[in-house]
Amino acid sequence: MAYGTITQEDMDILTTLVEDPSRVHSLQDIHEDYFHDELHTVSHAPDVLVEAVSTEEVAAVVRFAAQRRLPITPRGQGTGLVGGAVALEGGIMLSLQKMNRILELDEKNMTLTVQPGVLLMEIAEYLAPTGFFYPPDPGEKSATIGGNISTNAGGMRAVKYGVTRDYVRALEAVLPSGQVVEIGGKIAKNSSGYSIKDLLIGSEGTLGIITEAVLKLIPQPKTTVSMLIPFAGLDAAIKAVPELLKSRFTPTAVEFMQREVIEAASEYLGRPFPDSSADAYLLVSCDGPSRASVDEALHEMAEKALACGAIDALIADTPERQAAVWSARGTFLEAIKASTSMIDECDVVVPRDQIAQFIAFSYEVGASFALRLMSFGHAGDGNLHIYALRDDLDEASWQEKIDAVFSRMYQRAYEIGGKVSGEHGIGFAKKEFLCNEESPETMEIMRAIKRAVDPQNIMNPGKIV
Amino acid sequence: MEILVLIKQVPLDSNVGVDPKTGVIKRENAETKLNPYDLFALETALRLKELAGGIVTVLTMGPPQAEAAIREAFAMGADAGYLLTDRAFAGSDVLATSYALSQAIKAIGAFDLVVCGKQTTDGDTAQVGSECSEFLGVPCLANVQTIEVIDPGAVTLVYDAGNSFIRATVQLPVLISVDKDICQPRLPSWNRMQASKGRVVKKITLDDLADKNRSHYGLDGSPTQVVRIFPPEHETTTELWDDGDLASRLFSFLQEKKFLQELA
Repeated sequence: MAYGTITQEDMDILTTLVEDPSRVHSLQDIHEDYFHDELHTVSHAPDVLVEAVSTEEVAAVVRFAAQRRLPITPRGQGTGLVGGAVALEGGIMLSLQKMNRILELDEKNMTLTVQPGVLLMEIAEYLAPTGFFYPPDPGEKSATIGGNISTNAGGMRAVKYGVTRDYVRALEAVLPSGQVVEIGGKIAKNSSGYSIKDLLIGSEGTLGIITEAVLKLIPQPKTTVSMLIPFAGLDAAIKAVPELLKSRFTPTAVEFMQREVIEAASEYLGRPFPDSSADAYLLVSCDGPSRASVDEALHEMAEKALACGAIDALIADTPERQAAVWSARGTFLEAIKASTSMIDECDVVVPRDQIAQFIAFSYEVGASFALRLMSFGHAGDGNLHIYALRDDLDEASWQEKIDAVFSRMYQRAYEIGGKVSGEHGIGFAKKEFLCNEESPETMEIMRAIKRAVDPQNIMNPGKIV
Repeated sequence: MEILVLIKQVPLDSNVGVDPKTGVIKRENAETKLNPYDLFALETALRLKELAGGIVTVLTMGPPQAEAAIREAFAMGADAGYLLTDRAFAGSDVLATSYALSQAIKAIGAFDLVVCGKQTTDGDTAQVGSECSEFLGVPCLANVQTIEVIDPGAVTLVYDAGNSFIRATVQLPVLISVDKDICQPRLPSWNRMQASKGRVVKKITLDDLADKNRSHYGLDGSPTQVVRIFPPEHETTTELWDDGDLASRLFSFLQEKKFLQELA
C-alpha cells in the first residue's frame, strides 16, 4: 500500500492542527539541514515540516498522518549519525525542538520530568546547582533528550553508571494511531508485564514519538578526577582495561585514544595535547563523595596500570587540566570530520577483551581496500567509534569501499560476540548490517513488533527493520 | 642554568564566593590547587631546562599546607622547592609579599632566570613579578609570549607591549612573567610524584632572611588598606529579537560590545 501524497489541502489542515500556523513549513521554506543528520550521506527532503509545542499537537498531527497514511519522521536536533531522523519517504517531519521545557524536579523521588526537546547540556546546567545528577554523558551535548532516549544513547560514563535506558523511569508517547500513552512511573521497580518503556527506548521513533520523559537522578558526585595513562601501544593499553575494572573502585569512564586522533584534535583546536610521549592512551575518570575517596581510587588505578606496563599515569585534577584533556576528547569526531571530505562511522560494540584485536583487524581491512580509518572509543564498555574517511575518493568507489570494509568489520564483530551499534542506533545506515548479522528469528520478532504497533508503517519508515 | 619559578596555592574553584555582608571569602570548600597561570611559568622553566640544562627550583609563600603546591611542582618536574612560611608574613599585601619573596630569593642563591605566571586567580593583581624584580634589581619583562633563544648569558623573547609585540634580547639575570597559553603545561606525573616523595621541601622563615625587620613584612609592611571586599556584580539579561535583519543587527551588537573588531 503506497503512502499518501501531501496536497495543498493537507497543508491547510496541518496549519489548523497547531496553535500557530507559522510552525508549519512547506518544502521551499525548509532549511537543507532538515534533509539529513550529522551523517550527511543519507539525505531526503520532507514535504512538510511541523514544529510541535505540545503533546496535543503531536497527537493531532500523528492522527492526521494515520488517517491520510502519510509517513511521519520525528526529529530532535538532528545530531544522529545513522540517518535516523531523515524523512526517507518524504511526508511530514515533526520537529520536537520547541518542546524544550524542564517540567519538574521531584526531589523526593529523585526524578526530572522533561519534554523531548530539552538538550543534554541544558539538563546538566539545570541540575548543576541542585545536588542531583543525570549520569548518561553522550559526547554530543547539543543532542535532545528525546533523541537520546530514542537511540538509547550511551556515552562516556556508561562504565560506572550505565546508559540512557537505565535512567528513564517513565515515558509519555504518541503511538502511530495518534493515541497518547503513559508508560512506567516514578517507581524504582516494575515487574508488571512486558516493559513497553524499554521497547520504546532505542526504537528510534519507529514505534511512537516520545513527548515527555521522567528521568531518574542520583546524588551528584562531589569530585571527579581524571588520569591520562600513556602506553607504548594500543594492545598494552587495552590489556590493562580488565585489570582497572577489577579495582575496588569502578571508574566512571575508561576511554582509549591513539596518537593520530589526538594530533587531529590538537590541530582542530589549535592547542597541543598535554602529553605527546606515547602512541596510545587510556583516559580514566573516577568520581566520588570526596577528594580523599577519589585519590584512593586513582592510587589503585595508577598502581594497576603501571603493573600492566603503563609508561606513567598523568593526573588531571583541576578544572583546567581536565579541560585540556577532555576538550581534546570531546572534539575527536569534529576533528576527524575536519580532516577529510566526508566520513562514515562504525559504532560497533565488542566484548572488552576483543577491542585491540578488533581494531587491528579493522585497520588491516581498511588498508587492504585503501580506505583510511581513524578510531577512538570507550575501552571500558567495548564500544568503538571507527570512522572511514572519504578523502578524495569518488562517490562510487567510496560507497563500494565502505560497504566492503564495514561488512567485514560487522561480520567479525558478530563472530567475536559483538553488535552493530553500541550507542548510535541503526537508523537507515546500519539497517542492512543489522539484518545481515542478527538471526532471522530476532529480525522477525522486531518486524512483528513494528507491524503490531504501526500496521500502516507510517512512523519513521525505512529505519531499523 | 639556574631557574627559579614563583608559584602560589589558590582555591580550587576560581569563582570563590565572598560573603556580601562580612566581606570574608567563603572557604567552606577548602580544596586548593596550583595557580593555573603558574603552570605556564613552570612549564616554560621545565622546557628551558630541557633545552639548556640546569636546575628548576620553585618558591612559594604561604601557610605550611602550601607545601602541597611544591609537591605538585615536583610531580611536574621541578628539582627543588622552598616554602617561605612565617606568621610574620600573615596579611601581606602585594608590596610586602614581593619584598618577602625577593628576600627569600636572595637567601636561596643566585638565579639566571626568575619565571612568574601572569597573575593569580585569587589576588589577580599581576604585580608581584614586577615588584620582585625591582627589589632584586634585575630587569623585568612581562606578558612574554615566546622564548626564542636561550644562551648562557642572554635570552631572546617576544613580549606583548599592548599595541605591539616586542622582540628583545636581554642579558641574564632577568625576571619574566609569561602569558597564559605560552605553552601547554604538562600534567603531574605519578612516577615523578612517587620518586619525589622523600624529597625535602626546605622551609624559609624570617630568621633566614637578610632583612629581619618585622615591620617590613605582613600587615605592618603592607601599605594597602583593604576597605571592603565584595563579590563582583553579575547581571544576565536576555533580549529576544525576532524581526528585521537579524544578522546585521547581531553583527553591530557584537561590534558595539567589542567582541568583534576590524583588522588593521
